[in-house]
Amino acid sequence: MTDNHSLFFQKFGVTPGALERYLGEALSAGGDYADLYFEYLTTTSLSVDESMVKSAAQGISAGCGVRVISGERTGYAYTDDLAPEKILRAARTAALIASGPAQQPVQGFKEKPAHQLYQVSSPAADADIAAKLELVMRADRAARAYDPRIVQVRCGYADELRQILVIGSDGSYATDVQPLARFSLLTIAKSGANSGKGQAGGGGRVGIEFFQTEKTPEHFASEAARQAIIQLDAREAPAGEMEVVLGPGWPGILLHEAIGHGLEADFNRKGTSAFTGLIGKRVASDKCTVVDNGTLPSRRGSINVDDEGSPTQETVLIEKGILKGYLSDKLSSRLMGMPDTGNGRRESYEHIPMPRMTNTYMLSGDDSPEDILRSVKRGVYAVNFGGGQVDITNGKFVFSTSEAYMIENGQVTAPLKNCTLIGNGPDALTKVSMVGNDLALDEGVGTCGKDGQSVPVGVGIPTLKLDRMTVGGTGS
Amino acid sequence: MSTKLEIPGAVETADLRDVATDVVARAMKAGATAADTIVREGTEFSTVVRLGQVETLKESGSRGLGLRVFLGRRTASTYSSDFTREGIERLVHGALELARVTSEDPFAGLPEPQELGALSGDLQLFYEDVYSLPPEERINFARRAERAALDCDRRLTNSDGGSFDASTGGRVLANSLGFVGESRSSFCSVMAAPIAQAENASSSMQRDYWFSAARTLKKLDSPESVGREAARRTLRRLGARKIASTKVPIVFDPMMAGSLLSSIFDAVNGDAIYRQSSFLEGMLGEKIADSNVTIVDDGTIVGGFGTTPFDGEGVPTRRTVVVEKGVLKSYLLNTYTARKLGLKTTGSAGRGLAGNPGITTRNAYLEAGTKTAQQIIAGVKNGFYVTEFLGFGVNLVTGDYSRGASGLWIENGELAYPVEEVTVAGNLREMLNNIAEIGSDLVFRGPTAAPTLRIEGMTVGGE
Repeated sequence: MTDNHSLFFQKFGVTPGALERYLGEALSAGGDYADLYFEYLTTTSLSVDESMVKSAAQGISAGCGVRVISGERTGYAYTDDLAPEKILRAARTAALIASGPAQQPVQGFKEKPAHQLYQVSSPAADADIAAKLELVMRADRAARAYDPRIVQVRCGYADELRQILVIGSDGSYATDVQPLARFSLLTIAKSGANSGKGQAGGGGRVGIEFFQTEKTPEHFASEAARQAIIQLDAREAPAGEMEVVLGPGWPGILLHEAIGHGLEADFNRKGTSAFTGLIGKRVASDKCTVVDNGTLPSRRGSINVDDEGSPTQETVLIEKGILKGYLSDKLSSRLMGMPDTGNGRRESYEHIPMPRMTNTYMLSGDDSPEDILRSVKRGVYAVNFGGGQVDITNGKFVFSTSEAYMIENGQVTAPLKNCTLIGNGPDALTKVSMVGNDLALDEGVGTCGKDGQSVPVGVGIPTLKLDRMTVGGTGS
Repeated sequence: MSTKLEIPGAVETADLRDVATDVVARAMKAGATAADTIVREGTEFSTVVRLGQVETLKESGSRGLGLRVFLGRRTASTYSSDFTREGIERLVHGALELARVTSEDPFAGLPEPQELGALSGDLQLFYEDVYSLPPEERINFARRAERAALDCDRRLTNSDGGSFDASTGGRVLANSLGFVGESRSSFCSVMAAPIAQAENASSSMQRDYWFSAARTLKKLDSPESVGREAARRTLRRLGARKIASTKVPIVFDPMMAGSLLSSIFDAVNGDAIYRQSSFLEGMLGEKIADSNVTIVDDGTIVGGFGTTPFDGEGVPTRRTVVVEKGVLKSYLLNTYTARKLGLKTTGSAGRGLAGNPGITTRNAYLEAGTKTAQQIIAGVKNGFYVTEFLGFGVNLVTGDYSRGASGLWIENGELAYPVEEVTVAGNLREMLNNIAEIGSDLVFRGPTAAPTLRIEGMTVGGE
């Protein structure tokens, strides 16, 4: 038995018999499937502003969500009180979606062997608060020491430990203890009338030692400070279609927006995605192979099991330019007769799971990043981004630069003001003419929002050249 | 579909009041020099109907408790959903332990005692009727909205569904200066999101939506009118094309003008000001916008979406003129940022369960002008009427503004054809000064509202 079993079974008095009773109640009005999602979440956050620890917060939330599926219908209810009568009441509420003879859940739960992706000696959540504070103070000092033009530094540290227990009426049973930690920095530089903003951060399903040895506060601090200083001299970005080169790592947000969301199975089951019906068709140049992979050790977007208790996996979305598959959860896989890819995720026990990305990235190609830049006569080289957004139905997507440069005659020249890039999902990747040999994943900052639910994700690309993309600046 | 649902009862705020005052008392007894507590309770119902069939039905309630303690000028906070005696003890001791490691901050603290209080009288924020419909009727609201949309035109072939949502919330704030405030609110909304496909299938599908939201069912638009408007907005996008890059007048429809206004409110947020993170820092008393522009945040509007009797620190909400005839008159401030800047709080403290109070708008609006939207469009020879922005390309430090956009092209004063996959870019400093026309169509559909705006000098990025 893991800690997790003892948590829900001992602390909250859950028993195998009770779980069967709750599922029985959930299926008391019929339905094809029911599940229970128990969650116990602890969080810590610290922030340093003006070199002072101005905010420190800790919290606990616990609850259980009950879902009943009947055909394409989902009934859902939750409770933040794990007393049996409250869970039974939630089960009865969720059951109202169905109308028919009572169904019996499979008797006896089977826990399958799961991934072990979180290689932490002890979760960051258990580390001493003083050690966490020391990290943020170090980052503050390092960012201020970087350049006298850095006038403001804000640094945050947040970690959580999410313990889940998921039981399905199909006999599925899974537990997981998911650590997550994130460091973030925001810097402001001023020089005369010019201002610049820099942002950096990272982390993953790691312990506090990750920030002491692998990605130190000084690493994030110098990155955030460097970006703010560069922005001081930024000039107007151009407007219109041109060649665009994306740097490796976080610019992989391109994939997340351009194709990732459009390949989530729920939109395709309903025929509301611009990618509907395109399986087997060309949606990218033959240099592009894109996967979603929830099994990369320690990554922010990785999880041993998804929030329906299914093991995560590597799923090929695009292979040499051809669309291969969708990202699915239990509901979509059953209705579409496709395999469950282990992408059923939810923000918390208050939310209904749905297909979501994990870590989405493109595999390396053969080109050297230098050759890629040299091949561009006039274009934009974008190496860092803020957020992005997509309209699933018409496929239009945007992502906004936070660090970009002009490329003129093969040379990287002036830094550019922040601008938005816009494209069309089903054909944006057909314009990819060069793929670098330098795949990198982001440092672990991504949070994806869909239908009001946020989940941690990762992205990555090698250096990429798109022959044509619209750049949303103000210059010519 | 069963027709019996357990309907959550009205929130028992009296119980919340006892919890809140008890938690503050325990924190003070345990050694805090000051403390405040927020207790929330809420219920939610939501349903989505897609192509006539119920897709999801969700109903639940939850509550939470947040505590902020001070040890002199140090502060920390904890939150939990555990209301048991042991849970509350853990909350109190956790907060005090955490506060010992934070920094002395001379500006930290509760508001001054004389600043505390709440608006009196019935603000008309809570109506039990949001849950008064039998469950089947609520589902029918969603179904009617979707059907009204799909019935409009045979090119509306698919749907993201119709939905109906209802919720109620209660909150109590108590602090160690003796303030105890409570408020209740209710909310309901109906929405439709149809999808259109042109008969010539080579152009892409289009989706749009429309909604109505209110604090009482009585003020909700009919599902049919919501559905019809959703259909109109979706159909007009069919056949959208890209256009060449150009510089033309941009007309923001009221929803997009509201989005622009939100960015301006982000730039007058006291946190952004003292952190030197806003292009409006140091501009108090200066002319920052065209003299036709007046911007207000008013927490006192009876029945308003953002109205509340007291802010997240127990200070009464008020009407704050932020920009008057183009001149920046006030930032939005809570106690902390006011002290930092040597000003007075504007009663704008926001409050979640965790962390320090933030700053939030209440009913934020840009005052209406005199022309109708149609008259404004009629005055544009060649321009872009933006009905949707995509992405968040706003840099408040520099004011740089660059977003994906879609909408309709204006030719000779008329809406000519739909446009998509372009960007609209400028700088907020200049945009504020280039607001050439302001519409008369100011309608609150949520807590932030603006009329149609025409702005000069922006760049459209396209082919």
